[in-house]
Formats: sequence, structure tokens, C-alpha cells
Amino acid sequence: MDQQHIRNFSIIAHIDHGKSTLADRILQLTDTVSAREMRDQLLDSMELERERGITIKAQAVRVQWKGYELNLIDTPGHVDFTYEVSRSLQACEGALLVVDAAQGIEAQTLANAYLAIENDLEIVPVVNKIDLPQADPDRAAAEVADLIGEDADRVLRISAKTGDGVVAVLDAIVERIGAPEGVPDAPPRALIFDSSYDQYRGVVAFVRVVDGVFRPRQALRAMALGTRFEAQEIGFMSPAMRPVEELRAGEVGYVITGLKDVSELRVGDTLTSDRSSAGSPLPGYKDVKPMVFAGLFPTDSDEYPELRDALERLKLNDAALFYEPETSQALGFGFRCGFLGLLHMEIVRERLEREFDLDLIVTAPNVAYRVRLPNEPDWREVHTPSDLPDGAEEVEEPFIKASIIVPKEYVGTIMELNNDRRGRFDHLEYLSPERVHLVYELPLGEIVLDYYDQLKSRTRGYASFDYDFDGFRAGTLVRVDVLVGGEPVDALSLIVHREFAYERGKALVEKLREEIPRQMFDVPIQAAIGARVVARETVKARRKDVLAKCYGGDITRKRKLLEKQKAGKKRMKQVGAVEVPQEAFLAVLNLNDGARK
Amino acid sequence: MAQTASGVRHLYVHLPFCSSRCGYCDFVTVVGREADHARYVRALLRELELEGGVLAAPLDTVYLGGGTPTFTEEGALQELLAALPPSRELTIEANPETVTPELAATLGAAGVARVSLGAQSFSARLLSVLDRVASPDDVRRAFYTLRDAGFDNISIDLIYGIPGQEPADLAHDLAEALALEPAHVSAYELEAKPGTRFTHAHGAALERQAEAMEGYFETVVATLTDDGYRWYETANFCLAPDRAGGRDLRAKHNLGYWLGRDYLGIGVGAVGTVAGRRVRNAPSLRRYVEALERGDAPPREVEELSPGVQTAERAMLGLRLDEPLPLADVRAAIDGEELAGLERAGLVSAGGDAIALTTRGRFLGGGVTARLLAPTMSR
Repeated sequence: MDQQHIRNFSIIAHIDHGKSTLADRILQLTDTVSAREMRDQLLDSMELERERGITIKAQAVRVQWKGYELNLIDTPGHVDFTYEVSRSLQACEGALLVVDAAQGIEAQTLANAYLAIENDLEIVPVVNKIDLPQADPDRAAAEVADLIGEDADRVLRISAKTGDGVVAVLDAIVERIGAPEGVPDAPPRALIFDSSYDQYRGVVAFVRVVDGVFRPRQALRAMALGTRFEAQEIGFMSPAMRPVEELRAGEVGYVITGLKDVSELRVGDTLTSDRSSAGSPLPGYKDVKPMVFAGLFPTDSDEYPELRDALERLKLNDAALFYEPETSQALGFGFRCGFLGLLHMEIVRERLEREFDLDLIVTAPNVAYRVRLPNEPDWREVHTPSDLPDGAEEVEEPFIKASIIVPKEYVGTIMELNNDRRGRFDHLEYLSPERVHLVYELPLGEIVLDYYDQLKSRTRGYASFDYDFDGFRAGTLVRVDVLVGGEPVDALSLIVHREFAYERGKALVEKLREEIPRQMFDVPIQAAIGARVVARETVKARRKDVLAKCYGGDITRKRKLLEKQKAGKKRMKQVGAVEVPQEAFLAVLNLNDGARK
Repeated sequence: MAQTASGVRHLYVHLPFCSSRCGYCDFVTVVGREADHARYVRALLRELELEGGVLAAPLDTVYLGGGTPTFTEEGALQELLAALPPSRELTIEANPETVTPELAATLGAAGVARVSLGAQSFSARLLSVLDRVASPDDVRRAFYTLRDAGFDNISIDLIYGIPGQEPADLAHDLAEALALEPAHVSAYELEAKPGTRFTHAHGAALERQAEAMEGYFETVVATLTDDGYRWYETANFCLAPDRAGGRDLRAKHNLGYWLGRDYLGIGVGAVGTVAGRRVRNAPSLRRYVEALERGDAPPREVEELSPGVQTAERAMLGLRLDEPLPLADVRAAIDGEELAGLERAGLVSAGGDAIALTTRGRFLGGGVTARLLAPTMSR
């Protein structure tokens, strides 16, 4: 297909604003998928995605419309995946900006729309769900038009559910979005915007061909890493894999690489021909560094190699995932992992447990800190609270610029929440008479624990939230250590602002007292700053623990009871002589908000 | 450890019949069916004939358990008693309401040396919570009836931790029991076993009371030991030799279990363990009787106990006793690292070649044993 007849686009939408339904409708209207084949939310291939109603991995589907080849590149829809959105957007010339007619613009929509504008994408505004009784299409259209500086008349009004207006969307894609402008006879270059690993065919790269032509059995090279391989198959998805003899400039498709080593091909790299190589790679994707860290430890230390392999595999599909080996006195061998945010962390954890059948302990998340020691010129980065050296001269923590959209009656409660979290007010603006956009500067460390839950519960679910990293700033930060049965538990250390250290320490030991079951002896739980104990609780010893009767008839049953007790103990982590359940390591996550002030 | 098959010294005989079923009970019991008693006893004796080849002569102990053995129709019971092989200690379980002078005379004449009386409580209110038929007066009367008939080795069963039982109720039960000066006391914490009628009715109340009743075990042990009883097994106490004319009043049959000896079990639902094989008769009365009437062995499950399991059981059972357990018998089952930790915590004391639980260790015996047993226990 010549480039003039190709359109590459994404759909930008907040969760539940109807992106997947619209994608499904497009597949149906273009006869890409018959009604019989139709499954709801076809693009969300992973089980987890469907359950959570979100899309993690971008994928591309090709459809035909009135003589044009349209490539729909799916994008994730959550605050943590700005990076993935940016990769997908770079492979497109345009984007549908879908807004729920009842909900209007959300913080997420805003962030991704800005990202699209930055990438010079043509934005086609769409108001969805106009069939809902509570829909207010005029208000939503006005908000969107205002956001992107369009005329409100140009905002399409549709119901993806009923199909109403979707033909106009397809026409608008052809009319408004520009054709790709690659050089068809230049040395081939293709952007890897996603990849997945297939256990039979190896690494599969999803690419946007920018220049030239790719063919099967061509010798290829990934320009950044230098990895060489032969394209075993190339093709496009519609939505099943369809092999082709060539992928040309402007087209979107896949390349089966046959690579088995997951670390050999990185998302974000540029593919070219090994023999007639392009001179320079495509401009790289935005480099996103993980800002949220947590320790991942196998509950059963024998599973360490499996955890390592699993992380290696996840890393292939998830360029944003970072990990390095970590040894904890309390939890043994594991990995310190870096994530884009809390949801990203949760997804990685669930995938490890579900897809790789691992039983994990995840420590409470923390942010990256920068510290400088006396007589040391250079900053060092600390990813683990227990690594924060005593006597650091300066400590810096990451800040974010938070964007929060709420109905106006919740502005006060959000301001209060943000003040409690050391936030600094930046500005506010009215998006409409009812809806306010608040901008705050906040320490990321105050966000990673339960901020999002608080935000949602205090606004009865109406708040939407997004953020951008805003650099490191100096803070008066101290490390609070926790001792269980007199033994320091490195995995429970936390870094907090000095002002909050006492309250957080107290709340943490109280929470731990609830989480740690009674043992055969008293277990003191202490929070300490340096050598100074700031809070203490005791788990009182059990007074009895016997099997009441044991005679000839029930020896087997009693033996099995003891075996069960023994097995239950195996699921605990041994800290000195104390058995600590896995949940306790997340105690810091559940400190109630009252205690956080 | 296991004897040769010709030398089994302990015989358990199960008599499942009861006048009514107590809510908390999960033993194999059959209510009423007096007409079946004689037929059942004949089946029992048939099983004894089939299996008795492994028994030593004379036996150390025979134990008639139930059910309520003394509820068994008199003629059938007499037939059974007459046919039992001779032993050094014959024990029978009795419920207070079944004890009459005639029964006591029958038992005495048949050579019963020891009676285990199911008192459970001396409070009418708590007895009714337990669905017990007897009143507190029945319990006392039964005890004296037996003593008058010449029984000097009577054990009293008590249950504590009953829904609604206040500390004063417990003290009252213990005082009433001690006033009888029984040779032996078994005191069990009430187990609300899942699926029983009792748990359905009282489970929630028990959970609410759990914390308040946590100290009852300590109270039981302190009260009985202060009164001159030897706390010789987790839930069992006997008059110490100095109060018993030098006699060892421990339950010799049960001691056989705790010392890991082989025992033969006959009767519906009965369990025997001989030479590393545990045999459990099926719990259906009808199938049990019909099989033996055909001349077949009763339906049963067999569990082969690996050497590792046998050793683990030896440790689990032996640690219930107040006597040190020879390490040589159980070393393979013990996790050395845990042992060291438990010693440091003052829960286990290990002399050179034996281990024992300390007093505190005995109160936590279940947890301590679970820790002590090496993870390979079930292999």
C-alpha cells in the first residue's frame, strides 16, 4: 500500500470511557472481524487486562476502510504508563481523543492529550456514550474543544456501544489524519514500539516501518544493542497474525525474530537492514526512569532462580521494569525492582504470581532518594530505605507535579489531603463551572503509599489524578528502623520527613502488633531513629497451644494437624526467633491516615 | 518401638452404643439399637478371633472405649467381658447415668481394674450445654457406687472451656472433682470440631470467649498439681505415688500409645497400629457386622507408616509425657536448629541423650512439637 493510503492512529481515553468498545466497533464495521468472531474487548489479550478493565500492552491491528489501510495502535490508559503511551504515539500520525459524555475530561485524558500534542499528532476529538441518560455531550464537547483548541462543531459525537456515529469516526481518520511521510527507497528503518515473547517463535517485535522495506529472511540489526538476526516472518495483525512478503514505509506490523534471549532486543530500538544499514537510528523514545521501588522476595527461598527468570521475561515486554539483586537479612535473596508507579508494581506482582506461579513477598514501596555524604563530591542514588547511610550530609527526594481534577465541592478536602502530604499549592483553574483542575507539587514519597486510595475515598471516586516527575529536592528526611524481637528488620525500614517520624513509627509498630501472630514468647516491636527508640509495642506470648487429646484412634489426624501447623509456619518469614507473616511487610501501606499527620 | 507381630501387648475394644449423642462428640457412636448389641458383640469376638493371633499372652492392657461401653446391653457386655483375653489392667469407660450397683458388681467380677467415668462437669448448666444426660448428683453417686464396689482406680473426665464457663465455674468443677479423691483425672479443653452440631450452635460464643478462657489450662494444671496430682501427660493427671501408696496410677493402656507401642484395635471404627501398619475399621456398624457374619474381615483402611513417620509420631506422642524422651529414638525426626532455639527460649530442656519439654513448653506443647519436627516428617 502506498503511504498516501495509510493512516496510523491511536485511541486516547480514560479508563472506562469506551476505548475498547470503540476499537471493537471499528473491527466490526470494517469487516475485520465477523460478528461471530467478535469477543468483547478483543484487543485486551491478557487475562489480567480484562479483569482490571485496563490495557497494559500496546498492540496494532490493521483494518481496511474505503480503500485505505488503517492501523489502530492500542495504548494503555493509566497514569503509570505514560511511557508506553509515548511509544505508541510516536508510531502514529493521529489520535482519537475519546471522552465520556457523562464524565467529561479526566486528568488522564489531559496528560495523554498533551503528550499527543507534543508529538505533533492530529487529534480527532470524540465524545462517546451519548446514548447514556446522564450524558451531557455539549458540556463534554466544549471541554474537549477548549482543551485542544478546536471548534466544538468538529467534535464527533458517538455511541461506541450502539455503533452510532462510528462510520463518521472512520471517515474522519481518513480525512483529518495525515499520511505517513517516510522515504520508501531509503535504507529500512522501523521503530519497535512493543514486543512480546512467544515460547515457540521467540521474541516478536511490533514495529512501525518509517523508511524503506522489510522482507522475510532479511538480515536485520537492532541499532542500539547491535543484535543481529534474520526476520523469520513478517506480517500484520488483523487481528490474527497475517504473514506478508513485505512491510513498506508507513506500515505497521510485526517481525518474528527467532531470538530466544530476552535481553537481546529492546523496546525503543530501531530495526534496520544489516547489509544496507540506515545511517542513524530513529529518535529514541522518552527515557523514563523508575521512581517507585520495592523489594520482591520469593516466599520460598528455593524459588529465587524462578523469580529471576520470570523477571527477565517480563522485562522483555516491559522496558520500564527495572530490577537488581537484593539481599535482605529478613527476607533473604530477592530483587529490588523499580516501577513507573504503584499500578505498574501491582501488575508486575500479579503477573509474576499468576503467569509464573510464584509466591512473593513484596515490601512496601518507596521512592528513589539521592544522598551525598560528607567529603564526597558525588550524589548517590538510594533505592532501599535501609541503604540510607547514617550521617548523610544532604538527602533529596523526588517531587512530582500533580494534576487533580475534581468536582468543585471537593477542592477543600483535596487541599487538606495535599497539605498533610507536604504538598505545595501551585495553581487551580476551572475547566467548567463545576469542575476544577488543581495543580500541586508533592513529594513522590507521600504518594506511593495510599495517596490514590485516599484521593478516591475522599471524593467518592470523583477525583482523577495524574502526575509528572518534577526533579529532586532537598528534604529533612530520616530513616526509621523497625526491630522485631530485638532484631532489625531491614525490609521494614522507611524514610520519612523528620516531622512525621514519631507518628509514622508509632502507627507502624501498632499495625505490626496486629499483623504478627502471638508466639511462644513476648515479642517486642520497636521503631527507632538511629539508636533512639521512638515507639514500642509488644505481642504477648501465647499461654497455651496443645492438642487436647491424643489416643490410639486419632494419632494420624493429630500428626496431620502438626504437619499443617508446620506448613503454615513455612509461609511465614523467620526474623530471629519470630515468625512474621507476609502481610506484615506491607503494614506500612495500611497505616490509617489519621496516624500519618 | 515396634514389637514383633506376636507380641502386641495392648488391645483396644470399641463399643459404640450411647443412649444419646452429645453435641461435641466426634467419635464413632450409635444411639440406642439395644437389639443390635448382642449381634455386635458376637461380631467383635469374631474379629478378635481373626486378628488376635498377634496378641501377647498375657496382655498388658485391655481398654473398652466408646461410645458408652457401660450402656451396652448387660448380657452382651457380660459375654464380651468373659471372652476377653487376660490382661494386667482392664479399663472400661462409663457414663455416670449407667452406673448401678449391679453393673459395678458385674465389672468387678469380670476383672475390670479401672473405670474411666465421664463426668465432664459438676455444673448442671454446663452439663446441659454439653448435652450430657447425667446431673452432678448422678456423677457423685456413680463415683461412690463404684468405690463401694471396691474400685480404687477410678478416673474422672473433665471438660473445660465450655461456652458460658466462668473462672468460678472452673474452680467449682475442679474442687468437686478433687473432693472425690479420684486416682486419676483427664482434663480436656473442649474442642469445637468443625461439622459437629455443637460447633454450629456454640462456635461463635467460643470464639468470643477464647481470650477469657486462655488461662484455664494453667488453672487446671496448677490446681491439680497443688493437690498432689502428677501432670504426667498433656491432659492427664494421676495421684502421685506418695499419695497412692507408692502405686503408679498412670493409665497404662494410654501410656502404651504415648510410648509408641503397638496396639490392636477391634470394633467398628477402631484403629490399631502393628508393625508400622495402621488399620482403621470403617465406621459403618451395619457393614462391620455383616462382614464378620460372612466370616470376612471388616472393611478397613490401611495406612503404611514410613520409618520417618513412625519416628515423628514417636516424638509427637512422647513429648506429651512428663518423662524425658530418649533422643536416640527420635533424633531423625528432630530439627536440630529448632531444638537449639527452643532450648534458648526455655521451652525444651535437652540433657545429653534425652529431651523434655519444660513446664512452659508443655503448655505450648503443640506449637513446640510442630517446630521441633523436621520438615521431612511426612516422608
